[in-house]
Amino acid sequence: MRKAAALRQPLGAAAPDETYNWGDVVSKFIIKRLIISVFILIFVAFIIYLLMRCLPTSYLEQVARSKSMQPGSKSFEEWMAQLSATYGMDKDIFSGFIGWCGNAIRGDFGDSWKWTVPVVEKFHDSVWISFIMGGIAFIFEIIIAIPLGIIAATKQYTKTDYTITIVALACFSLPTFFFASLMKLVFSVKLGWFDLGGLIGRNYEQLSAAGQFADKAAHLVMPIVTLVVISIGSLMRFTRTNMLEVLNADYIRTARAKGLSENKVIYHHAFRNTLITLVTILGGSLPGLFAGALITETLYSIPGIGYVSYQSMVAGDIPFSMFYLVFLAVLTLLGNLISDILYAVVDPRVRIS
Amino acid sequence: MSDQNQNQNTQNTDNQFSLNDDRRVRTLSPGALVLRRFIRNRVAVTGLVILAFMFIFSFLGGAITPYSEDQLFYKYTEQNKQYAVVKENTEYRYSSLTPKSFPSVAQAKFVLARKNNQETFESKGTNYTIREEGEEFYAIYTGKGKVQTLAAFATFDIVSSMEADAEVPFMMQYEILKAVTNHESGFTYEDQEYTIDGDMVLEEGREIAYASRYVVQPLMSDVFLSKSFKNELIEVVEEGGKEFTFTDEDGTTAEYSITYDAANLSYQVLQTTQTQVFDTYSYPSSEHWLGTDRNGMDMLTRLMYGGRVSLYIGFIVVIIESLIGVVLGGISGYFGGWVDNLIMRIVDIFYCIPSMPIIIILGAAMDALRMDPQVRMIYLMLILGFLGWPSIARLVRGQILSLREQEFMTATEATGIRSSRRIFRHLIPNVIPQLIVTMTMSLGSTIITEATLSFLGLGVKFPFASWGNIINDVNNTFVLTNYWFIWIPAGVCLVATVLAFNLVGDGLRDAFDPKMKR
Repeated sequence: MRKAAALRQPLGAAAPDETYNWGDVVSKFIIKRLIISVFILIFVAFIIYLLMRCLPTSYLEQVARSKSMQPGSKSFEEWMAQLSATYGMDKDIFSGFIGWCGNAIRGDFGDSWKWTVPVVEKFHDSVWISFIMGGIAFIFEIIIAIPLGIIAATKQYTKTDYTITIVALACFSLPTFFFASLMKLVFSVKLGWFDLGGLIGRNYEQLSAAGQFADKAAHLVMPIVTLVVISIGSLMRFTRTNMLEVLNADYIRTARAKGLSENKVIYHHAFRNTLITLVTILGGSLPGLFAGALITETLYSIPGIGYVSYQSMVAGDIPFSMFYLVFLAVLTLLGNLISDILYAVVDPRVRIS
Repeated sequence: MSDQNQNQNTQNTDNQFSLNDDRRVRTLSPGALVLRRFIRNRVAVTGLVILAFMFIFSFLGGAITPYSEDQLFYKYTEQNKQYAVVKENTEYRYSSLTPKSFPSVAQAKFVLARKNNQETFESKGTNYTIREEGEEFYAIYTGKGKVQTLAAFATFDIVSSMEADAEVPFMMQYEILKAVTNHESGFTYEDQEYTIDGDMVLEEGREIAYASRYVVQPLMSDVFLSKSFKNELIEVVEEGGKEFTFTDEDGTTAEYSITYDAANLSYQVLQTTQTQVFDTYSYPSSEHWLGTDRNGMDMLTRLMYGGRVSLYIGFIVVIIESLIGVVLGGISGYFGGWVDNLIMRIVDIFYCIPSMPIIIILGAAMDALRMDPQVRMIYLMLILGFLGWPSIARLVRGQILSLREQEFMTATEATGIRSSRRIFRHLIPNVIPQLIVTMTMSLGSTIITEATLSFLGLGVKFPFASWGNIINDVNNTFVLTNYWFIWIPAGVCLVATVLAFNLVGDGLRDAFDPKMKR
């Protein structure tokens, strides 16, 4: 009888008479992680700054020179002076870095060389389209990958499993640029359904508000499909591996022995336990939605943060590149933090240790 | 199996030292078990076959193919070059004794005078007298009364010398035109007798000059148009022909096409010549099985060498990352304490460094510095390796941490085995299965990263081929649309190789896992 009671809550491995104050423990844990993250961020920013400083000066001069060649531009000396002022190139590395940090904390990342507007302004212009694109792709990814992963795990070593596993691996092995080129060939060139690239069509200005929305949506179809297909594989495999691990656990055997229907065993007992890791991973990848898809956006010329920063990086726009790199580092740390917290929140077993 | 066991049993009974049943279990070594499990996995074996094919294709293919990596191919094409222009003269053309003796103002006055049928006109204080010397041939004299000198003449016909670069003297031109327009049979110039045949001037039977109403001018600076060429050309033009073939004195035949240019009221003559050009984007043929690329290089050969580069880079990068990862992860896991803490924080930091953007920035910087492609390739490998080790370090550390606590390690400690032997003989071999799986998988992802960079033009550069930079050509929409053989084969090779690495990695993972039951 006791055994049955324990089985009814597969998650309830924690003994009920523990005297921890959960909220306290979790907030302490979060604070500790936050402090570590800040330290890591400082180091990462320092390494990135070091890298920017170590770029051969002739390169910086070349960039500044080509910038000064543009009609109506500042003079070469002014560009170099601006660079030195923003990045403390005239100072030694440490004080230069501290100066840069000071500006960065105040939200001043300098003016972008390529876009000739403040870095933060360009960032605001481009990040939202990336977020929308990434968000939609993320939802589709979850809808497709998780059920397939579970099906593959429950039907291990059947034809279905093999098919799903191979499809997952194939998606995982597809280089983005090749898949995008194939998509363009089939859907843009041969079928003519979508434009080759860009976010808006050529008669965008003449369209009504609804038409403009539809136009943008149509331009986002291929990038989103690409993103989904490219990223679906790893999530599918991850779900399958986790589900298999859970299915091999003792409590599943017990649940089966108890005579529960297979549906109940899988969707009530097993799936809930798989959710622990899934939620952690998916939660951790939420901040990444703001990072933009560097390659996909570039291939489809979607003016999101990924494409904008690609252009900046290739053009040697140091203020923007520096900002983007630090921004990515922040997102990674945030993702790790979220997944750690979620892990603690979702899985009671973690809280004890 | 039972036969084997009995066999083993009889052997065992012969061997007096072996009485234990567990001896029988050792008929298959752990390695053989892994191998057996791997071979039973059909998908993984397929992956292995694909990999074997790719290796043979890339490494032996380069030796078998008759072409070299950057061998250029040429072809002959017919190109239409602007050769000459033919114009029928409908305006007076002036020849003057000296450039100053009949300036353009005087020319304009002459035209006015002709319209009004005046005999004389005046320009800038000089008086000119017009005398009609032949059909549409006017001589213009300056000076008054009897001391008149020939200043210029105006006509529709033009006198050209038979020799290149030679000019017919002014007075001789005058004599020729006078004779031609009056249909005379000859004239005397500087005590020399000349005869005229049609519009051809003969000096003792030799053709020296001719007069013609058509102006045929070469459009290329180094071309001299012979009289016979001009004559034939003019004949064709007068008949309204479009095609024209001419064989010159050396016996070379060239084809010309004639188009009428209404804007200039002239006929454009285009010479059709055979020109040697790069054999770019030629379709697959028996010579080039996959056609040629934008530089006129054999696609199949490029594909082989590209595979070689991609695989080389993949292997070297993975070896670099594993070396750093195993050493740092091993130290971290084995020693623990503050060393572990320090190394793990370094791993955390490296985890946060966004590798793709950094490689793009460095690639752009190397572009700007015009770095040598070979050096660049080495840098690319070092950068990729140096940014990729943290995940391997984490894996090795985790493995060693858990292994360290297991009973067999306690046993090695209890038996007093020295610590270097404990690490290399007992700890590392237990990490290797996981390591091999991770390395195989990361070979695939490294190849994708390299290909992506090369695709963006920031990885492997031109004289070297790489699957990525072969597909790079697809950025040209015309190639994307029309030349599938340029980019599809490279993409298929890439996907097949990466997929094969992943399949083999997956199969190895399953094979190494003793819990796996089939």
